[in-house]
Amino acid sequence: MTAFSLNGRPVSAELPEDTPLLWVLRDGLDMTGTKFGCGMALCGACTVHVDGVPVRSCSTPLSAVSGKQVTTIEAIGDARIGKAVQAAWQKLDVVQCGYCQSGQIMSAAALLATTPKPTDADIDAAMSGNLCRCATYVRIRAAIHEAARALA
Amino acid sequence: MNTRIENISRRDFLKSGAGLTLALVLPIANGAGPAAAGGAMAGPGIAGSAPRGTVAFTPNAFVRIGTDNTVTVLAKHLEMGQGTYTGLATLVAEELDADWAQVVVEGAPADAGRYNNLFWGPTQGTGGSTALANSFEQLRQAGAAARSMLVQAAAARWQVPADEISVDAGVVGHSKSGRSARFGELAEAAAVLPVPTVLTLKDPNDFKFIGKHVPRKDSVDKTTGRALFTQDVKLPGMLVAVVAHPPRFGATVRGVDDKAARAVPGVADVVRIPSGVAVLAGDYWTAMKGRDALKVDWDESAAWRGSSEQLFADYRKLAATPGAVARRDGDAEGTLAQAAKVFEAEFSFPYLAHAAMEPLNCVMRVDTNGCEVWNGEQFQTVDQATIAAILGLKPEQVKLNMLYAGGSFGRRANPQSDYLVETAHIVKAIDARTPVKLVWSREDDMRAGYYRPAYLHRVRAALDAQGRPLAWAQRIVGQSIAMGSPFESMMIKDGVDAISVEGAANLPYAIPNLDVDLHTTNATVKVPVQWWRSVGSTHTGFSTEVFIDELADAAGTDPVAYRLGLLAAHPRHTGVLRLAADKAGWTEPLAPAAGAKRGRGVAVHESFNSFVAQVVETTVAADGSFKVDRVVCAVDCGIAVNPDVIRAQMEGGIGFALAAALTGAITLKDGLVEQSNFHDYPVLRINEMPAVEVYIVPSAEKPTGVGEPGVPPLAPALVNALYAATGKRIRSLPIGDQLKA
Repeated sequence: MTAFSLNGRPVSAELPEDTPLLWVLRDGLDMTGTKFGCGMALCGACTVHVDGVPVRSCSTPLSAVSGKQVTTIEAIGDARIGKAVQAAWQKLDVVQCGYCQSGQIMSAAALLATTPKPTDADIDAAMSGNLCRCATYVRIRAAIHEAARALA
Repeated sequence: MNTRIENISRRDFLKSGAGLTLALVLPIANGAGPAAAGGAMAGPGIAGSAPRGTVAFTPNAFVRIGTDNTVTVLAKHLEMGQGTYTGLATLVAEELDADWAQVVVEGAPADAGRYNNLFWGPTQGTGGSTALANSFEQLRQAGAAARSMLVQAAAARWQVPADEISVDAGVVGHSKSGRSARFGELAEAAAVLPVPTVLTLKDPNDFKFIGKHVPRKDSVDKTTGRALFTQDVKLPGMLVAVVAHPPRFGATVRGVDDKAARAVPGVADVVRIPSGVAVLAGDYWTAMKGRDALKVDWDESAAWRGSSEQLFADYRKLAATPGAVARRDGDAEGTLAQAAKVFEAEFSFPYLAHAAMEPLNCVMRVDTNGCEVWNGEQFQTVDQATIAAILGLKPEQVKLNMLYAGGSFGRRANPQSDYLVETAHIVKAIDARTPVKLVWSREDDMRAGYYRPAYLHRVRAALDAQGRPLAWAQRIVGQSIAMGSPFESMMIKDGVDAISVEGAANLPYAIPNLDVDLHTTNATVKVPVQWWRSVGSTHTGFSTEVFIDELADAAGTDPVAYRLGLLAAHPRHTGVLRLAADKAGWTEPLAPAAGAKRGRGVAVHESFNSFVAQVVETTVAADGSFKVDRVVCAVDCGIAVNPDVIRAQMEGGIGFALAAALTGAITLKDGLVEQSNFHDYPVLRINEMPAVEVYIVPSAEKPTGVGEPGVPPLAPALVNALYAATGKRIRSLPIGDQLKA
């Protein structure tokens, strides 16, 4: 059994310790906002925060989050930055199919937490691990700038 | 159009006390669309073949107005990112004069009698950029009928003439008496009224939503993790299934040693199915561990062992011989034979995977009543019939729940219903004792085939004394998508699959001697193929728009002027071409970049009755690496119902096309697919996305599609830009490192 904090609440998972956090969240805890895209940390759809740092949950074993704070898309809007990112995404209608957007928003929120006024180069560096097959990138970039303005 | 509108609420819905529900029952066209695959096979159903008795109420309508004031629009088309939930709801809200905030959208059930695609005859499904186009009048009529009934109900209640009543933003009002009511207050009274037989739709000058900005209906759910995709469905007792597929197309299972797989703690079952061996467990990770432990003996006696390299060599030989004629104007061969100079080019295109972000998946439950499916459901009528045949049910016993799809790009409209069939076989193999969720890994998804076919084109042309094309002969070699599918008889005529030559056989340029012919290679090439966003135009748009650029260059004429000179009979091509060129500043020089070469290229193409021109600006570094800086896009898709959704589809289409142009390739070697995941099948990342500007041509024509038409012009415009920068013409996709050589 592995215990950690999920979105501010203590949880324990009975799954084997090598189970990726992604499947612990999705299949074990029925938290399905975090998405499965590639299983190899190549697409970013599974991005969550562990102690505030964005990680690819598909390649993070359960054992690695023992005793840590895990935040997912379901709770990122409870924080000021996450809420601003979601609002910017909605204002600019960034989404298309939407499947990657949980991961995009988690990466964007992490970027703005460390870099309140990101340049385009900052955005490229922070977001190039998050694939969007619908190619909503023009709007993702604009929405990050929009959220930064709103938070300023 | 003879539309009959049926008041569902009088029959069923009122019983639940929730207000007004309308269905529009439309005449079913004959032979105008694809036929459903197969019929229900006789035979014992795995869960008993008793038909459903009393069918539980399902909303069979386009508009439902609740006493709580909610207007529910039932969307007959799959929302896979293209914005159709927003577009369809816009049409209803417009004629209903609803408040956009009170409108919610639900996916409609499978019922081709009510929800057929009007462009596809008696078939329900989403594709070919038809969702908004085929619904444009149908859903406005649905909204207008509901509005009329609400007005009648108010007139009766208030004892005032109906023509003194107005409706605005969800409120029905009578100004003379100062009375007003919200929709919900009138819904039950409206529900017992007869449906009006004559409906007058709004004058476009009175539109409040159409042509204006309305926010997407799916933005909030998709930014909070609440949107429900197939991958997110979990039913009580459900098992997750993963499948070991054969490594080569056409191979089958000879034997299985599943001892180690069954020994993995948590593995519930291992079953053989026609497409491989399925491992079931309570969760995905355990099922994958089980699959890793499987030992499968594959019978590869019938497997296809070809390679991409050999395939293109074979196609090149075929391209030297005449094919089946798709178009013949004048005498192209005779003209070429006598020409002083013949321009010739060969274009090649690899297989392409759709690689939607959500790997393919399906949830299915079978019980004594029938089968229930949860899926990003794109092809209802075909899928119903195919699943029913496997399970020994009637098609109407297969209930399809249409969830959001995490992308599709054509893949979820599989003519063979491949992943749904696989799910049905798994459920059958476990005697339907639990619901099953089939989950494909990324690798499964990428290696399962159903790719955009590989093609080779050979194009030859001769010019007249003024440099205008006198003859153009285009030969296309590749697999037919329709052959062997339920659409074969409809799409293939005289040996030509219309899908293989679309975009080339209707070349718009004024050329007196024009040949387009086709070699279809399905007899020897066994890689499963399928439509991929913009279908035939993915390759024909490239070869035609690159070759016309080569001819303009040979004629010493500006590429835009050259095209315009040949498009006098095509005002909509001309319109987008002029608009894109104008907005891009085509006639002004590009700002130079130190130590690099810059270039600008153009392409124009019609697909799915929409017209798109793009101008691409690129910067090429000394080492041959390049960046796409800016794309200016002009689109004419008739009436622009949702301008922001149109812009989004152009932006997305450009990014999708750019990924394919830069690096997209599925290759085979000895029958094995060489790619498996995003490291060896890279798709576009944010740092590669250019600035995009989209301009929409004002139009009063009926709306046409926007999901696909943004794709075709990008690659040729880019290659033409790279030529302008470097003098090197790329004719083989993807571009890859060709400029670095």
